[in-house]
Amino acid sequence: MKRRTFLQAGAAVGGGLLLDFYWAAAPADAATESKAVVLNAYVRLSPDGLVTIVSPNPEVGQGIKTMLPMLIAEELDVDWKDVRIEQALSDPAVYGRQFAGGSVATPLHWDPLRRVGAAGRQMLIAAAAQTWDVAPSDCDASSGVVHHRPSARHLTYGALAARAATLPAPDLKTVVLKNPKDFKIIGTSKRGIDSPLVVTGKPLFGIDITVPGMLYAVFEKCPVFGGKALSANLDAVKALPGVRDAFIVAGGTVFDGLTSGVAILGTTWWAAQKARQSLEVVWDEGPTAWQSTTGFARRALELSQRPPTLKVRSEGDVDAALTASAKVVEAAYSYPFIAHAPLEPQNCTAHFKDGKVEIWAPTQNPDPGRKIVAKTLGLTDADITIHMIRCGGGFGRRLMNDYMVEAAWISKQAGVAVKLLWSREDDMRHDFYRPAGFHFFKAGLDAAGKVQAFRDHFVSFGADGKFANAAVLTPSEFPARFVANLDFAASLMPCGVPTGPLRAPNSNALGFVFQSFIDELSVAAGRDPVQFRLDLLGERRVYENPAGPNGPTPPFDSGRMRDVLALVAEKSGWEKRASLPAGSGMGVAFYYSHFGYFAEVAQVTVSAGNLKIDKVWVAGDIGSQIINPTGAENQVQGAALDGIGEALGQVITIEGGRTVQGNFNDFPLLRIHQAPPVEVHFLVSDHPPTGVGEPALPPVVPALCNAIFAATGKRIRSLPIDPKALA
Amino acid sequence: MHYRIEVNGRQHEIEAEPDMPLLWVLRDLLDLKGTKYGCGVSLCGACTVHLNGAATRSCITPLSSVGSASVTTIEGIGATVVGRKVQDAWLDVDVVQCGYCQAGQIMSAAALLAKTAHPADADIDRAMAGNLCRCATYVRIRKAIKQAAGVGADKAGVAP
Repeated sequence: MKRRTFLQAGAAVGGGLLLDFYWAAAPADAATESKAVVLNAYVRLSPDGLVTIVSPNPEVGQGIKTMLPMLIAEELDVDWKDVRIEQALSDPAVYGRQFAGGSVATPLHWDPLRRVGAAGRQMLIAAAAQTWDVAPSDCDASSGVVHHRPSARHLTYGALAARAATLPAPDLKTVVLKNPKDFKIIGTSKRGIDSPLVVTGKPLFGIDITVPGMLYAVFEKCPVFGGKALSANLDAVKALPGVRDAFIVAGGTVFDGLTSGVAILGTTWWAAQKARQSLEVVWDEGPTAWQSTTGFARRALELSQRPPTLKVRSEGDVDAALTASAKVVEAAYSYPFIAHAPLEPQNCTAHFKDGKVEIWAPTQNPDPGRKIVAKTLGLTDADITIHMIRCGGGFGRRLMNDYMVEAAWISKQAGVAVKLLWSREDDMRHDFYRPAGFHFFKAGLDAAGKVQAFRDHFVSFGADGKFANAAVLTPSEFPARFVANLDFAASLMPCGVPTGPLRAPNSNALGFVFQSFIDELSVAAGRDPVQFRLDLLGERRVYENPAGPNGPTPPFDSGRMRDVLALVAEKSGWEKRASLPAGSGMGVAFYYSHFGYFAEVAQVTVSAGNLKIDKVWVAGDIGSQIINPTGAENQVQGAALDGIGEALGQVITIEGGRTVQGNFNDFPLLRIHQAPPVEVHFLVSDHPPTGVGEPALPPVVPALCNAIFAATGKRIRSLPIDPKALA
Repeated sequence: MHYRIEVNGRQHEIEAEPDMPLLWVLRDLLDLKGTKYGCGVSLCGACTVHLNGAATRSCITPLSSVGSASVTTIEGIGATVVGRKVQDAWLDVDVVQCGYCQAGQIMSAAALLAKTAHPADADIDRAMAGNLCRCATYVRIRKAIKQAAGVGADKAGVAP
């Protein structure tokens, strides 16, 4: 995409330096313009030397509120102790796209935000040179001070800010960035900027917002997805203690919009929530109340025996290659729907007043929420103010904004500010689930154990030849391009269950099925699972990726994957695994997602049917620079343990078109006694830095399942891992 | 009903129903927002407070059962020596990701260390198994507890 860059500078409130930076697509091309990526960052300097940096993206625990300002502070050249960080408002005209998803904050901001900092430094040097009437080339700046070398004079950024703000901004393309060897902030561990507030219990999260005069709201939705409230005993509910109002919300059937239900408003959340025990609603359960997990599984098996209807990738002649193979391996894999279950249930505070609405939302993706609110309430974007509030976990759930439009609508209807808070059961039963999936694999090996043919018939969800949200198989899924005869094809089932991205979407499931089946092939070939994978990856090569259903995809570098695989084998003592005691085993897997290359080894011990995960080793290549090492390690450890939690016990069951599970008794999250040590190694490579919230998750699930096979000879082909299968 | 409860060393007069959970009394009546709601049924530990020093799930503790017990929340735990050490270790080890569960984690850890000054891994497992961390910061939670207790040689902290 052709872009032009702007840098605007002007005096900000309080005489500080305001540095607006954005990219926009060339306006000549309307189609390109509509896809414009607009970025912005603020720098405010106060005379006392404090530097305020506005962090543009939502914080969901990925550490972005700390990490993005590090990029600016480094090139601006200020001391981290002098930096204060503010969370931006949701304002796409000023800040561009503000979202937390896809692990793309690092690749999108690595270069532009450093240029913002470097441009600011250049302007401060220019201001000092003007003040002293000397050449800028005789000046330099560091730690918030500009020095004039010949005269040994110096001035602080704070003292220079007002003059700097009046200077023309340099062209961002030409500003000089530091040599990475001179980095003082990037590459050093910085604690989460809000952590001191977290550990002392300060109000930080959406659930903590208080607006004067607000009421607390609960919202009972139809347990069947897409159902509608026809009537309810509203008068009886309104008479309950602490209840101020109750009404039916006549919503639609678009899941991330306003759906139908009953709102109850109380003077405390407890009063409103308790009133639900007395609430009786007559529902129209809609057209998908017949759907069930068992029905999906039965239908998937039927479809697997028919030709697939959707071609994903086809190369060579798989049938002929299978016939010619010395060994044919066949296996069916499946995984369930699972919920996001962020520990802070969905919530939002909204105040509708005089045709405008102010919203305090823990959201990963505020602007699409604004559009939905505008459309549903008949407002314009300008009528809607959205404060992005720290999220108590996101994992993809808060990319959707259903809770936001609900709060806005309820506030409008009630004529008062409301804090809408879902119960845990609401949250678990009205999610956008990681979709279930069914894979029917067949592969052929030649006499030397080399893969000759590979087929996946993927039975997924969707309609009209399109996969449902996050139920996708792309043509570049490994081992596509690494096996000469290969078929990827799909059959689609209609689905009334809302689906959506869960941390490492698609990959969190595809990693399990592909890397587990490849492990089966290594066993059939009689080869070491690491060596078998290295052979499959072949020589070091860059494979350009064709566009997938979601648009262009970056190239895949087999050499980078070989390197992390070799590193994790070395660090885990893979070669010595034969000396492990009986009942113990190691499993390996690799996966490429979100531009990150990860290989992982799990070691388990199974005794008397009890599974103990002894340790996980992770090797990752996310490019030339680990920007905040403490944050990166924390993300990788969390991602690995997140995947283990999913594999050990998580399943959402659909019966009668609704979710069965409701709380952590039947949807277990990983607990501390189940959490193994996770040893993390980064391989620094000569590539631009990329994000790390997601790519460490997918390989851990197959590594774990492959370790169980190594320990017990029992192959896990369905998630969650059934403890009975280990006995 | 009228109640008088002691929270973080201060007396509070409260008008509320007897079955109102302490969690919502703290959050919505006393404006102490540090204690968190996660499940409502004592499964996640985000609502953990101390009653007379014992880790207690406030989401299933009716106001009527609090009586004269001394309630300590995350807002008050830093006033104790152990609580302060735990908070400092949490920052030094850089435990926090989203942070939503951490008030409950810290309250459980402080209750553990007040009773068991030098916990073994099994003690940590027992005391902390009721506290879910959806971000799965468990490796660092364990490390921070050991650091606060001064057990284990692992002292590598994180620069601020």
